[in-house]
Amino acid sequence: MPSYDAIIIGAGTNGLACAARLAASGRKVLVLEAGATAGGGANTVEFAPGFRVSGLAHLYQRLDPRVAVGMKLDLAQAANLATTALSASGDHLTIQGASLSGGPDGAAYLALHKRLTAFAGVLAPFRGLTPPRIAKGVGNEYLRLAKLGLGLRMLGKEEFREFLRMILINVADVLDDDLTDDRLKGALAFDATLGAWLGPRSPNSLILLLNRLSMGASLCIPKGGMGLVATAMERAVTSAGVDLRLNADVARIIVDGDRAVGVTLASGENLRAETVISAINPRTTFQNLVGPQHLDAGFFKRTHHIRSRGGAAKLHLALKGTPDFRGANLKSRLVIAPSIRVVEDSFNAVKYGEVPKTPVLEAVLPSAYDADFAPNGCHSLSAIVQFAPHDPKVGRDAARAQMLENTLAVLETHAPGIRALIQHAELLMPYDIEARCGMVGGNWHHGELAVEQMLFLRPLPEAAQYATPIPGLWLAGAGNHPGGGITGAAGWNAAERIIKEGSI
Amino acid sequence: MNDLSHFKTPLKQTPFHARTATANLLNNWGAWAGYTTSLCYGDEAMEHTAIRNAASIYDLCPMVKYRITGPDAGAYLNRLTVRNAAHLKVGSVHYTVWCDDAGKVLDDGTLFRHGAEDYLLCCQERHLPWLLDSAIGYSVQVREVTDQIAALSLQGPCSATVLANAGLDVSTLKPFRMASFAFNDAELTISRTGFTGDLGYELWTTPDQALALWDALMAAGAFCGIRPIGTNALNLARIEAGFIITNMDFIPADQAVREDRVRSPFDLALEWMIDWDKGHFTGRRALMAERDNGSQWALVGLDIDGNVSAEGSLIYHNKRTEVGHITAASWSPSTKRNIAIAQIKRPYHKGDNLWVEIYALRELQYVKLMLRVVPSERPFFAPPRRRATPPDPF
Repeated sequence: MPSYDAIIIGAGTNGLACAARLAASGRKVLVLEAGATAGGGANTVEFAPGFRVSGLAHLYQRLDPRVAVGMKLDLAQAANLATTALSASGDHLTIQGASLSGGPDGAAYLALHKRLTAFAGVLAPFRGLTPPRIAKGVGNEYLRLAKLGLGLRMLGKEEFREFLRMILINVADVLDDDLTDDRLKGALAFDATLGAWLGPRSPNSLILLLNRLSMGASLCIPKGGMGLVATAMERAVTSAGVDLRLNADVARIIVDGDRAVGVTLASGENLRAETVISAINPRTTFQNLVGPQHLDAGFFKRTHHIRSRGGAAKLHLALKGTPDFRGANLKSRLVIAPSIRVVEDSFNAVKYGEVPKTPVLEAVLPSAYDADFAPNGCHSLSAIVQFAPHDPKVGRDAARAQMLENTLAVLETHAPGIRALIQHAELLMPYDIEARCGMVGGNWHHGELAVEQMLFLRPLPEAAQYATPIPGLWLAGAGNHPGGGITGAAGWNAAERIIKEGSI
Repeated sequence: MNDLSHFKTPLKQTPFHARTATANLLNNWGAWAGYTTSLCYGDEAMEHTAIRNAASIYDLCPMVKYRITGPDAGAYLNRLTVRNAAHLKVGSVHYTVWCDDAGKVLDDGTLFRHGAEDYLLCCQERHLPWLLDSAIGYSVQVREVTDQIAALSLQGPCSATVLANAGLDVSTLKPFRMASFAFNDAELTISRTGFTGDLGYELWTTPDQALALWDALMAAGAFCGIRPIGTNALNLARIEAGFIITNMDFIPADQAVREDRVRSPFDLALEWMIDWDKGHFTGRRALMAERDNGSQWALVGLDIDGNVSAEGSLIYHNKRTEVGHITAASWSPSTKRNIAIAQIKRPYHKGDNLWVEIYALRELQYVKLMLRVVPSERPFFAPPRRRATPPDPF
């Protein structure tokens, strides 16, 4: 039996990024993936005969540059996608980076975008850091932290003060202060709350918009869908000497002498390694793979408190023609979020386990970029629809049907006749996403991204620096800093930390 | 509709109240865990004398009791407490402590194993939320049963004879063991345990048998002058025995407000019970680190010059540097020494050049004394009869 320096549980983008970094440092790594393919949230599926979409994430801003360079990933992709804020009247706005076409807010938007981008730029280096802890001897990267602090101060007196005023504010207040156009405010409020379990008027929602901006300015669709990212990363790690085993479902992490020493597969097979790294959900890791007998009672209790409610549903439509969103560019990201109020109302519904009457969504037509994604003359549409209750009062199947109906009604309003084009519709509610991808609550960050679950609080203070209370067991998934998205940042950070701490 | 009149009786009465109220000549009551209990019935010195020279009964009902049952009860208690509860034999009792994640003591208590999957945990403070949190992932039921059990402590050199007179033969019962007896057609459990460091037993039955049990023991002990004792006399006996009490000798970690007040088993001289080899338990990793890096505090017994109780006094090194404080102290009638239990900062606990500053109240006027203290073995008083099996007849 080959022996490994590290076993990584989960071949999602973070697991693969972590594997690549560890392999590059000369370590022998085995990655175990429960599913039949690698990639986790990055995958391309055929959801109806001849119709393909990215199965979960369908857009990304960019991979973490360290991951892209370190793994020599040069992905063919459509970059710099514009966003069309759809109007039911056909009076659309087009947003591309700092520029806005249509509406009265061009100058105001430019100023706001500049400010927020400056804030995001200062915060961006945080994404590549192990979160600092307020304690002695915890390996804080003081030099890099000092540079970050200096960067903040270098914003200048006025902007630094604005930063402090705004950092924990809600996004709706900021948008209302500076902008007037409901279409623009709705689209930005949608962006801030995309993938989150909070509304634009929830406290701290602006920081999520800053986080989004800090991930990169360019929206991209990889050629071949997100599955391309997965296969490219998979190829990179296997050519770097990493062993990848698919259909290898880890049932337990073996703890011996108060140290993680390996894993037991569902098949009963035991695999041993110096270090075990979990790139899956932290709650699942502690509760299902480790168990209470190896953890302190207070810590174990708090693993139940990692909030992980998903509010995003995924819609896939097989269309037997070309939909017309009243003239909108089908090669842009189509956002239906008419105002802050509509975004907030759709979140209000899920707070009470209900389906929103008029959900908000972003849609892309992968077939508009790549004809392979749908049969000739047809289109496939992929949309993220918010907010969908993760624990609906009416029951899961009824909620799914209701959500689909309400979503199609919204689409029909903006693209008259689209319902008549539908050959097949698939809607994945948060609980369906949980069942498919193992994301607790269907939350695609593997734990809500919110101020109280960021940095040294993510997922829990005792496990926020990728190490866990159990020696030899590390975390490397999106449940840790800096959260989810197709970036590989958490996995890369974890690997850097593991190497720095010299644990293997 | 819920009964909303509970505020009219902020303190409950124990099942023995009819007897304790009659016996409490001084009407001297104190609150204990939500119950009203006798501090002294009439003469504290005579009550202490009964503990050491005859027999005494003490109403133990307010002690907080949790029943822990289920297939994982042993594994659960092993994770909860620092000792090995799975190795505790059925019919046995051990003293134990449990800690929070940081390895700081939440409480101490006695653990009774009634069956393979049936334990009773007795302690000073209430801990149901922590016990339930600790139960997540274990197949156990944890219930508070404090008011479902009537308990009396029978302590003193004549206690075995008193039980024999009452028809209860405990001659073969060893320390920290328990046995079941029939009493008035009800089940009576007798454990050879206590809080006096003397020969003694604790009797456990249902509340409806409480008064009959009291009467039977009082009748059976009349020959030696058995008497009910209050908490004051018991406290004196426990200091002589060197025992500590939660919230008197240390603050439980979940109640401490000041972050430097929490104490580990090492700080309280209880590290001897930690089973490092039984697997993980809550606080283990923190305690391993403390074992390797050293502790800040030590709990020690002290012998003090003179006969003035040093209760609550500060301890100084070289009469100048404050290094600790007395948590319990008394003139000990049994040993004829002025004894104390203290928390002292390491390394001063070794006791060279230690002094205690006592403010002695003499006719409404405090007199400051600076007295020499010398560390002393605990227990201060440990008569061989406490362990003799069968117990010597008295």
